[in-house]
This record gives sequence, C-alpha cells and structure tokens, in this order.
Amino acid sequence: MAISESDVRHVALLARLALTDGQVSSLQTELNSILGHIDELQGLDLADVQPTAHALEVTNSMRPDVVKPCLSRELALRNAPEAEGGAFVIPAMAGAGEDV
Amino acid sequence: MIDLSVLSATEIRDGIAGKRFSAREVADAAFARVEALEPSIHAFNQLTPELAEAAADRVDAMVAAGDELPPLAGVPAAIKDNMNLVGTRTTCSSKILASYESVYDCTAVRRLLDAGALPVGKCNLDEFAFGSSTENSAFGVTHNPWDTDRVPGGSSGGSAAAVAAGMATVSLGSDTGGSIRQPGALTGTVAMKPTYGRVSRYGCVAFASSLDQIGPFAHNVRDAALVLNAIAGKDEMDATSVTETVPDFTATLNDGVKGLRVGIVRDMLELEGLDPGIKASVEAAAARYAALGAEVGDVDIPAARHGLSAYYIIGPAEASSNLARFDGIRYGYRVDDATDVLDLYMRSRAEGFGPESIRRIMLGTYALSAGYYDAYYGQAQKARTLIIEDFAKAFESYDVLLTPTSPEVAFKIGEKSTDPLAMYLSDVFTIPLNLAGLPGVSMPCGLSEGLPIGLQVIGRHFDEATMLRAAAALEADLALDMTPSMARGGLDG
Repeated sequence: MAISESDVRHVALLARLALTDGQVSSLQTELNSILGHIDELQGLDLADVQPTAHALEVTNSMRPDVVKPCLSRELALRNAPEAEGGAFVIPAMAGAGEDV
Repeated sequence: MIDLSVLSATEIRDGIAGKRFSAREVADAAFARVEALEPSIHAFNQLTPELAEAAADRVDAMVAAGDELPPLAGVPAAIKDNMNLVGTRTTCSSKILASYESVYDCTAVRRLLDAGALPVGKCNLDEFAFGSSTENSAFGVTHNPWDTDRVPGGSSGGSAAAVAAGMATVSLGSDTGGSIRQPGALTGTVAMKPTYGRVSRYGCVAFASSLDQIGPFAHNVRDAALVLNAIAGKDEMDATSVTETVPDFTATLNDGVKGLRVGIVRDMLELEGLDPGIKASVEAAAARYAALGAEVGDVDIPAARHGLSAYYIIGPAEASSNLARFDGIRYGYRVDDATDVLDLYMRSRAEGFGPESIRRIMLGTYALSAGYYDAYYGQAQKARTLIIEDFAKAFESYDVLLTPTSPEVAFKIGEKSTDPLAMYLSDVFTIPLNLAGLPGVSMPCGLSEGLPIGLQVIGRHFDEATMLRAAAALEADLALDMTPSMARGGLDG
C-alpha cells in the first residue's frame, strides 16, 4: 500500500498541518519506508483474534456524580494566545466582514 | 561536604533526620553539582532552585519541630518536562509549548513532592516523548554523562542524565515504548516502568494513552522502589489508575531469589543487530541468577517480533488524536496573521511541531483514516492481543523474565538522527511490555567498551515487588560502580 503525494496532502489536511512541498515530498518517502516495515502485519492471519484496546482487564471506573471545585476560568485562560472577556479569541469562523 | 554522587535517598533522609546535614545543604549541594556539570550535559529545560529551597526549608522546619520525616525528605528530584508542576513551564521540549505555564500539578509529581523530595528542575526530552535519543528536542540535545559525544537515550534522556550525573538523586520519566528503560540502560541507572495503571497519568501530557506510564530513575533499586511507593496508587483524576493494593515495594528487596523461576527470553537474545557484548552480559546475569539459587530457563515470546510494527501504528494513532488539542487557541504557539480558523490551525501546528512530531501525527492520522483503519489499526490491536497471550503463557512457567533493555549501548549524537527506522529499533525489547501493560525495570549489568549495558527484568502485572526483588538480588551480587567519571566526588558541594 504505497502512499502517493496526494495521500500525503489529504492526510496533512485531516491532521491540520500546513506542510511545505519539501515536507510533503520527504514525508511521502519516510512514511512509505516506515509502512514498508509495518506491512509485515498484513501477512498475519488474525481473523480469529480479538483486538486489544486496553492491556489489562478493567471494569468501569465510577465516582459519585457531585460538583467539585475545578480549574478557575482565570487559570484556564492563563495560557491562551488571545483571550477577552473570559473567553478565547479566534479569527472569524465564516462570513468574515459580515455583521454577526 | 555532602557528596551526592554516593548518597542514596535513604541516606539523605536519614542524614537530615539525624541532623548530620540539613535539607538546605542538600539542595545547595545539588545545585553546586548542576552548576559544575549541567553546561556539558544539558539535562534540564528549567531549573527550579526557589521551589527546591522552599521544599528544603519545609523539611528543615519538620526536623526543628521534631516531626517524623517522610520517606524522600530532602531528596533532590528531577522531573521530565512533560509533567505539570505549578510554578514551572511544561514545554514537552516543543516550540508549540515553549511558554506554557503549568496551571495544576501532575499527580505523580505532587505525590513525590509530598513525600519530601526537592524539585531540582524540569528535564529535557524528545519533543512530546517522540524519540529514543533526546535529539528531537526544540531546546537542544542532552549529552550522556558517560561520554558527552553520545546520546543519553530517550525520550526521558534529561531525567536519566540528571540522575547519572548526580545532579538529582532520583527523577521521574514517562515510558510509552521504552522512554524510561532505554535511557536508563544507556546511562547506567535503574529505570522502571510500572504496570499500566499503577501510577496516575493525570498531569503528564499524553502521548499514547493506552501505553503511557510514569516511573522512576534512581542510582539503585531501593531508591526506585521508594519513589514507586510515593507515586503509586489510585487517583480519581485518572480513570485508568487502578485500586490494586500498593505494597511497600522495599519490604521484600532483600529476600533473595532462591527458588525464583527466571526465564531468559531466548528468541529476543537471538535478534539480529544485538550487540554481542550486551548478549554476553545478559547471559552472564542469567548465570548469576542460577548461582544465587534461582531456577533459570529459556522461554520464547514469538509474537513480540510484531511489537515494533504494532507499536508504530498504535502509538502514532493515539498520539495523533492526543496532539489534536494543540490548535493555537487554548494554549501554545499561534501564528499572528491567520486569515481564518483553518489557516490558524494549519500554520500554528506546522510551525509549532518539530519534524518527528509531524511524522508521527501524519503516520497516526493515515493509519486511522477512512479505508485504512482495519488494515492498520485493527490489525495492530490484534497483534497486541497475541503479545499479551505469549507473555501470559511465559509467566505460567516463570516469575520474572530477562531481556536486554536496548540492542546497543549509547550511540553517537547524530548517528541515527537522519534515519527514523534505525532510531525506532532502539526500543525493540521495551515496546512489547507497553503493549502488554507489563512492568519492567532496566538495571546496569556491566559495561561494553566503557559504556553501560542495561538488563531488563520483566514482572507479572502488578507484581513489581517480585521484579524489584530479582533486580535487587542481582544488583547486590554484581556490586557495580556505575558512577561516570565526570560525576565522581563531591565537586564544590
């Protein structure tokens, strides 16, 4: 399963990474090289094997549903690149320039 | 003069309790060593003398008041810079978090400090713990105290180097595929990954949530056990931390290995690319176990050969999800001229993440993307099941298992940094344990051409006590001096 240049660009969009042409090219080579090794897994007959998401047997971890103190708004905003009026500031999502 | 290159954690605590020296003097000795050695090591991203002095003053006040001291009172401790501690930045050695201020404490760090430890600083790592050499740091490489032209391993290379150089007596690292044990091997320290769930992950920046676990570095097995005592146990802030009873891990360290069933993982010892000196050293360690009265035999873990492949799907897949949070909005690096939200995300992330982080995010996103999920992620999760089953079978016949920790000793800076696959192979012996959730400890078992060799001792789930007992028995028998020459003596402390 070789990865094409357009695959790399598609995945970069999914991952929200604005890659340069140079990065796209080197990642295509590197990902193909890494996946070339990983492809040995495709040869295994694992049809009857159950997948593991968690290595240990655990049951639901429950606690009482009670309100407790948590991070204050001030602390939650402490590291925000831009904050105003107790909220994170972001550029316009859509319709820039319109009255919203 | 306090010589921190020779004092154990218990000797420091007892020395303070017995008023032979004060915690403040210990802190001063630690920072004198930092001043002398850090310029040639670069183990730290940030030093925290004010926090250490305040902690030392609290310990000294307890002594003055005649209070019983906690187990790690006055012990200098370093913390990997992916764990939060209020009053410090938590950078993950990434440009994207370069100015991030911790707004709460990581549970394991909090517990270590509650046990009386003095925080020396935050340690360098491969960015977001992606790597095996600490070269993938946005803030420069960490050097191995045994040979400063060589890497300390990674990703917890700063935590390993700080302890190896005696700038800290113990430290915390995190281990997703070997990031505690492999640098432990390369720096001649005792380095432990506990059972998955034994230690809360709350406040440690997530890499792969089903694999990550926090654990200690120390100069000896007992100090590592003391740190595990302090940090282990249920935390309601991490639903995957377990309620399993936490024993005193130091209680059985001297019980010896008579009758203990020790299995050499034979097929791992036959791996192509394993340094012959390391292989011989592991065989010699096994022979010592037999001489000490253990029942030693061979066992195979055939599915472990698929560990690296499964890991390089599961690890990046989970990482690509976890790192989605770095979006330039709530925290972290942000481009200042974004035209819209998508542009803000895409350029902030591309400019903020280093090359290996981008590689892993891309690999993981690909493996999880439509059309490839079953072929990659699904298949890797099934291979993971086979590995768990093979270990379970081996533990029917053996109480602990032995492998090398790393296929080679510390390598030269730059030697592997252009070949991701060669770097990934560094963790071939450690990765299977993360996939199976098993505890493992790397301990020094000899030298190859003047550089430390690590032996990995593997225990059953939640049986760190037996694993540490086996490690302590061999440590006492070998009686190695694992102080690198640059770190010998009291220096100015």
